Amino acid sequence: MNPSKPNPPTFQELILRLQTFWAERGCVLQQPYDVEVGAGTMAPETFLRVLGPKPYKVAYVQPSRRPADGRYGENPNRLYKHNQLQVILKPPPENVQELYLESLGAMGIDLRQHDIKFEEDNWESPTLGAWGIGWQVMLDGLEITQFTYFQQCGGVDLDPISAELTYGLERIAAFLQDVDSIYDIVWARDPETGGVTTYGDVRLADELQFSVYNFETADVEKAWQHFALCESECRALLEKFAALGKEEIATGGVGRNKKRFPVLGAYDLCLKCSHLFNILDARGAISVTERVSVIARVRALAVGIARAYVDQQSDAPAEESEAEPVGKKAKPKREVAPV
Amino acid sequence: MPDFLLEIGCEEIPARMIDAASLELRTRLSDLLQRERLAASQAISYLDTPRRLAVLVSGIPSAQPDVTEQINGPSVSVAFKDGQPTPAAHAFAKKAGVDVSQLERVTTPKGEYLSAKVTKKGRAAADLLAELLPKEINSIYWPKNMYWRKPSEKFVRPVRWLVALLDDQVVPLEFDGIRAGNQSRGHRILADGPVPIARPGNAYVDALKQAKVLGRGDREAQIRKALDAATRTIPGARWREDKALLDKVVNLTEYPSVILGNFDPEFLELPEEVLVTVMRDHQNYFAIEDGSTHKLTPHFLAVLNTDGDPQGIIRHGHERVLRARFNDARFFWQTDQKHRLRERTEWLKAVTFQKDLGSYYEKALRVQRLCSWSAEIIRQSGTQIRPGVIHKAAYLAKTDLTTELVKEFTELQGIVGGLYARVQQLDADLPENARFAIADAIYDQYKPESMEDSVPRTLEGAVLSIADKADSIAGMFALGLQPTGSKDPFALRRQANGIVKTIAEYKLPLHLSRLFADAREAYRGSEAEKKFSAKVDFPNSLRDFFRERLEFYLRDALGFKYDVVNAVLAAGSDDVVDAVARAQAVTKVRPSADFESISVAFKRIKNILRQAAETKKEIAGTVEAAALQEAAERDLAARIPQAAKAVAALSAQRNYEPALIEISKLRPAVDTFFDKVMVMVEDDRLRANRLGLLQTLLKEFSTIADFSEIVTEGTK
Repeated sequence: MNPSKPNPPTFQELILRLQTFWAERGCVLQQPYDVEVGAGTMAPETFLRVLGPKPYKVAYVQPSRRPADGRYGENPNRLYKHNQLQVILKPPPENVQELYLESLGAMGIDLRQHDIKFEEDNWESPTLGAWGIGWQVMLDGLEITQFTYFQQCGGVDLDPISAELTYGLERIAAFLQDVDSIYDIVWARDPETGGVTTYGDVRLADELQFSVYNFETADVEKAWQHFALCESECRALLEKFAALGKEEIATGGVGRNKKRFPVLGAYDLCLKCSHLFNILDARGAISVTERVSVIARVRALAVGIARAYVDQQSDAPAEESEAEPVGKKAKPKREVAPV
Repeated sequence: MPDFLLEIGCEEIPARMIDAASLELRTRLSDLLQRERLAASQAISYLDTPRRLAVLVSGIPSAQPDVTEQINGPSVSVAFKDGQPTPAAHAFAKKAGVDVSQLERVTTPKGEYLSAKVTKKGRAAADLLAELLPKEINSIYWPKNMYWRKPSEKFVRPVRWLVALLDDQVVPLEFDGIRAGNQSRGHRILADGPVPIARPGNAYVDALKQAKVLGRGDREAQIRKALDAATRTIPGARWREDKALLDKVVNLTEYPSVILGNFDPEFLELPEEVLVTVMRDHQNYFAIEDGSTHKLTPHFLAVLNTDGDPQGIIRHGHERVLRARFNDARFFWQTDQKHRLRERTEWLKAVTFQKDLGSYYEKALRVQRLCSWSAEIIRQSGTQIRPGVIHKAAYLAKTDLTTELVKEFTELQGIVGGLYARVQQLDADLPENARFAIADAIYDQYKPESMEDSVPRTLEGAVLSIADKADSIAGMFALGLQPTGSKDPFALRRQANGIVKTIAEYKLPLHLSRLFADAREAYRGSEAEKKFSAKVDFPNSLRDFFRERLEFYLRDALGFKYDVVNAVLAAGSDDVVDAVARAQAVTKVRPSADFESISVAFKRIKNILRQAAETKKEIAGTVEAAALQEAAERDLAARIPQAAKAVAALSAQRNYEPALIEISKLRPAVDTFFDKVMVMVEDDRLRANRLGLLQTLLKEFSTIADFSEIVTEGTK
């Protein structure tokens, strides 16, 4: 038992408390995105919504799949799929840090009994053409949240910027419940019988089978084919969108056809490419040299979609920024994964 | 004379940036006060924490002093017509702020002009500071900026409040939409509400102390005291001093305290390097060692940003995190043992060293070749070396890049390879001592990582370290990727510094030109070679590059005077050990009067020869003794071969100090020559021979150092 809290929340209570907290502060509560993503950042509710001038506040849980991180359910701290609670505040309010600290209180953490630090941690996602600066939030030495001010996304400078809060739910739950293995986290407790369902009950088979699939059985050749199919369809869509813009300008019919163009569909295809890349990577099917060029291909899609999306939202096309991330050594995006 | 305070309150500044930014802010404020004639009588003090940069100045003038100056106006003939002031006179009087009747007259060579005494009123300090400080704040350098509102002034993180006071008055400055006031903020958790600041100085420092915010010095003292106190609870133990870590935790806290945590002693089976890296680099913990054995103890110290942990809740949390991290490390360690380093060499074929230079496997083979060539040179010089050890170490050196442990803790590359080599069977019948020697060489392969770092512990490690770096430098140069200006993405300068330092400290007979010819040779026939740039002048660009590195080493690491370094390197920079010996000898003989005089003479000789070359005068290649007329020149000519022979013999033994003394002995002959002999005479033959004599002198005696580079009394 964590001495600070005699009755720690279950995993689902933790989610409910955070969702309630952010809903009460004006966030739209979204549901998890239904295409595989590696992080909450990649869900369209973040990747696309942070673009353009329109204010937006949203919170959602995002199951995040990272095939290479799987450990067959044998490692108490590492998962193939973990859950992030993602909050986007666009633009960030003046008291964004204070709000964040209040949310910890809502989870049941009394900050007067703990040690909290904001330590520099910037991220850069080459695949998304995105970067931001911020902190990892450390609670008693444990990284519980990634707090980032987005500066650029899909190669587009953001105006306004957004604050992104990514809570690592498994880590936080294990901390609150004071268990050493993620699989021992109490996911739910039956209020009538007091019966407990653990994280292991819910997810262990998932971890084992997907580790086997990702590391051993995924068909490499077919995965490459899927990748190529998704990529070419996505590229074709982006080309059509570009052509559409020119056509409409020529005919003076700007806006109507553009609005109904499936940029969102193109983005789903891009996400599929990203996930297929991760599977191929886990299978060891991508050599180090190839890696760079495949990432560049996915990035080209992401950047194209970001520009199309901005274009679709306004009528002026977005300029891709020349600015490179300032810190060359910025770490690759590393969302809060379980301890 | 009021006191001034500026506090920039913001979200957490990265710890590594605080000290430099704080210093820059002080410098900027001090320069601004100087520039605006508001200089204070006392130094600027400061208080900075992760959430604020504050500067305090006591006793600055409340306004600039008034300035009185004489300004000249139109000529009297224009300003007055018929004794009456013209519009020109009125305009000037208005500009000067005086009545026409008060205008004075001055006589200049061009005639008589109007003049006036003008008093410029000094501006109030508050106005100037409010106007000029925002620009200074905006100009502070940050290694990584951000913007948080557009269009925006830049700062490293969002600025949330400003306090600016001259005594009890708010200075009305504004930065990025934030208006300065007199309300500061205390510690995030330990203080309630805003902290009103009555005035600058101690009132400010005390108010913050009340609100649980301490300045840098107080924090460091508090942390040291608490580390000592916590460690005392373990008999015979002491915490490991770690300046970089201490600086970091000082700048991660506003009100620090320390907890002592424990971990399961069974983790002590893991190598200390791994445990310390996890604690220090990943968790910011201080390690605790046994005071007499220096072995790690199963405890750690964590620095908190709060006033204590009475119930042990925080300690419990830290112990839990460390346990998970150690478990991971142990898991990686055990997983890695399933595949020995030998097997992993194959895996290196899939790890790219550099996109045009191929895989680490190919690099390992090249480095292996280069190592055996270098080892042979060393062996021939009579030094004992174990080529077999180097050969094996070079082959396995990079295999740890494929281990889970290095993937997780990249800073342990090399070290992990060394640790694994120690515990694994590398070859069926390899004696243990050879295995340990291989392990040590692998362990040290990245050393020295800086000028302060030590060189590899063994000769075999030194050769591997040099060959590995030389291979990288040679490859990058051949591709045309040498460092330019501030750009050195592959840290080639640091690697070159490492080569120089290692050769110098081991006194290795490895000449740089030969080393790099060999390193280049190791690429022959490779795929990489096809990518090499045809435009690169490989030997010369490397020679220039290393000359700079050697200059840096002699001057900054060994502390030789810059002119000695220039003189020595002008006589050759290929042999590092030799250059060091020459620099030592020149430094020793330099204070003698004879040497000083010889240096002056050599400068003179160089000038004469340069002028002769510029005016296309012939210089005799060999001096005809018969052509020389004066006793002084014949005497000098006769002495040169003798002295040259002696110097050459001594130099061959690297007895540079006596060799230099031999050269100094030529002083009387050289002085007499210049007293009695005129070089640039009309007679062509005579002049050519005299020039030839000087050229011989210069050539024969510039092999240790180019004395004309030595700064002498007359040339300072």
